[in-house]
Amino acid sequence: MAEYKRASLLADSPSGYCPGCMHSLATKLIAEVIDELGQQDNSLNVISVGCSALNILYWGGDFLSVAHGRAPAAATGIKRVNPERLVFAYQGDGDLAAIGLAEIMSAANRGENFTVIFANNQTYGMTGGQMAPTTLIGQKTTTTVYGRDPATTGYPLKMCELISTLEAPRFVARYALNSPKGVNDARKGIKKAFQIQLAGKGFTFVELLTNCPTNWKLSPLDTLDYMNTNTIPYFKPGVYKDTEVDAK
Amino acid sequence: MGEKRFMKGNEAIAEAAVRGGCRFFAGYPITPQNEIPEYLSWRLPEVGGAYVQGESEVASVNMVYGASAMGVRAMTSSSGPGISLKAEGISYLAAAALPAVIVNISRGGPGLGSIQPAQSDYLQATKALGHGGFHCMVFAPASAQEAVDVLYDAWDYAERDRNPVLVLMDGCLGNIMEEVELPPMKELHDEDLPEWSLTRRNGRDWQGNITPIYTEPILEGLNAMAGEMYKGWEEDDVKVETFMTEDAEYVVVAYGIAARVAKEAVLTLRAEGVKIGLIRPITLFPYPKAAIRDLDYTQVKGIIDIEMTVPAQMREDIELQVMGRCPVYEYGRSGGCLLDDDGVLEAIREVLEGGEA
Ligand SMILES: Cc1ncc(C[n+]2csc(CCOP(=O)(O)OP(=O)(O)O)c2C)c(N)n1
Repeated sequence: MAEYKRASLLADSPSGYCPGCMHSLATKLIAEVIDELGQQDNSLNVISVGCSALNILYWGGDFLSVAHGRAPAAATGIKRVNPERLVFAYQGDGDLAAIGLAEIMSAANRGENFTVIFANNQTYGMTGGQMAPTTLIGQKTTTTVYGRDPATTGYPLKMCELISTLEAPRFVARYALNSPKGVNDARKGIKKAFQIQLAGKGFTFVELLTNCPTNWKLSPLDTLDYMNTNTIPYFKPGVYKDTEVDAK
Repeated sequence: MGEKRFMKGNEAIAEAAVRGGCRFFAGYPITPQNEIPEYLSWRLPEVGGAYVQGESEVASVNMVYGASAMGVRAMTSSSGPGISLKAEGISYLAAAALPAVIVNISRGGPGLGSIQPAQSDYLQATKALGHGGFHCMVFAPASAQEAVDVLYDAWDYAERDRNPVLVLMDGCLGNIMEEVELPPMKELHDEDLPEWSLTRRNGRDWQGNITPIYTEPILEGLNAMAGEMYKGWEEDDVKVETFMTEDAEYVVVAYGIAARVAKEAVLTLRAEGVKIGLIRPITLFPYPKAAIRDLDYTQVKGIIDIEMTVPAQMREDIELQVMGRCPVYEYGRSGGCLLDDDGVLEAIREVLEGGEA
């Protein structure tokens, strides 16, 4: 029987994320994978701006907290001078796909040897639920009170699809955290990304479809169904690029 | 004896940075500073360092933020428009207490302005390099040699204070060639990496973390500590050249390229018997307040602020020290029009003759 233990890089305090928020689940998954890989001392979490910034309180391992959207740039600086460390940036969708679009695309295109974990909850959680670049068509937010209208706001950005068009990235995949299978697959995907990085092979990108019960104004349980009916049909989970397999 | 070379100011800056221990550079092309990244793109790999051409100044300064967090001496350079984009990152460096060196080879402004030299960024450099009310030490060398000396020691200040340092020069100083004597390569060892750096976790039993986020009341305490640090700079770190001021009835205040032109004018006028001197701030922050404040105002009849920008930007800092004890005049050129000997001489003569500069 496998023993279930609290991942060693989670701080001793309980997470203060909203009840049912998948940021805590995603954070736990990363910490568990780091334990599995024995990388507790070697890992470095580049903490972005958004609800994820709360991880400065909940992350018990080494971290560097950085400016909004700039995590891939900071991680570039880190890795170029310290290639041995396992470096990952954890970014929300506003952080990564709006203000930080140049930084993520450029770092991916340079093939920087770190991992980006992208928590896509289709809203700006931290600032109170405004439209994000990933907000679904018709989705109501505090800045799209009648629902997102593509005529004035365009369409939700599909980051896995975009990044997988680039030559350099080695592994690009999307998982949905609203089912046990999705969670297990995500854990495997994060592990694979970290292993590729530890082998020095290049850029890896793992998108996690997450929720925001508070700003979606749904109970945590209802967010799971909502994701099945709305999020997953648009943001299709799957492996978008895997040079380990493609090479075979 | 150091090694003598004939170098462009920008290249001298780059080589001195390497010799001063810089091992990471990220930047984005902009005239008139391109020789700095160009030089470092091949020079840094030679010494085991890393160079990245960022996708923007915003990204570049954040790359520096990441490298600096690993304890590595890191630098970025740009000119006005790019320094504005770096403002966010410089503020974060100050907030996270990360050392770094930022070089501004300034040009005509505002906006895209011109690519020709101008001293247009004094106010930005000394008052608000970014949001949140922080300061950096600001050095304003007036020659390639002085730039070499400043760059060589810049990280010693930055690491002492855990705060970014700004070097402010203009496109003229960046692009003229001069003889420089280069100091020897500083030997830096892994053991010397700052203890706060996130370089290695092995053998460390505390969590390594660096953050620009603080809440009350911690942030207020940090703000107050920064205030104490700035006061300390004023006591210990002011650098200024005073030239022929003892018996001076008129004193020119100028820095960088403007000071070089002004010094020629002072020498010409001295040869004619005019009692005139020069105060050249080398640190713009901390500002050499005492040098101006403690002049003998029973003797000094006027102060002339000469800058290669219009309107003058340093004037208020001068006036705060003069405190109305004599008139302050200003003369400048801007927008890429250079100061020249004749213009400066003529402006000073007008003051001497009782007119306005
Ligand atoms: C330069 C800058 N602009 C705006 C903000 C305000 N801000 C903080 S978090 C955030 C949005 C975060 O949304 P997202 O990245 O989707 O993460 P979430 O909070 O939803 O997890 C914004 C706009 C900021 N901190 N910095």
